[in-house]
Amino acid sequence: MSEQAVHDWIRKTVANNDVVLFMKGTKDFPQCGFSSQVAQILGHLGVAYRDVNVLEDLGIREGIKAFSNWPTIPQLYVKGEFVGGCDIVREMFQDGELQQLLDNKGVASAKAIV
Amino acid sequence: MPMDSQDIARLIKARFPDAEVTIRDLAGDGDHYAAHVVSKEFKGKTRVEQHKMVYEALEGRMGGVLHALALTTAPPRD
Repeated sequence: MSEQAVHDWIRKTVANNDVVLFMKGTKDFPQCGFSSQVAQILGHLGVAYRDVNVLEDLGIREGIKAFSNWPTIPQLYVKGEFVGGCDIVREMFQDGELQQLLDNKGVASAKAIV
Repeated sequence: MPMDSQDIARLIKARFPDAEVTIRDLAGDGDHYAAHVVSKEFKGKTRVEQHKMVYEALEGRMGGVLHALALTTAPPRD
């Protein structure tokens, strides 16, 4: 894919899925500790999300960094908006802000129903 | 590829002269760090914006030679 096609694919993917995690490995088999932490947090919150394994496509691996202007993987998107990487997601989760953000954006999670 | 913690602090301080920079070497291997940066320049900025400012100060090393830098940022407490 050309860089333009990669950006179009990313734009479409974050538009069509409420929650998208760009990660190394998959949600069931993360291949990096940082990606694993974010997957665990989303799993803990019971959020349905689309995982994109950047290790399967070098174009997406580099493309997502340029698209978000963010140098590292993982990257979390909610309703088309870049939320952050591992550090920010962890900090937001610990402060209860991540749950708040998901609620505000109308994303269903197990914790919201309880 | 390891990077010296003093080099990380120096780059951050060069961009944020008022900053309090605390760096911990997490694994003792010169490759896994946690940095906490406090600067008044973070006031009114989102977390993403704050982190981007620090990444810019690191001039492209983040995600490259610096694989593992856990970052937390905050404006000073009043």
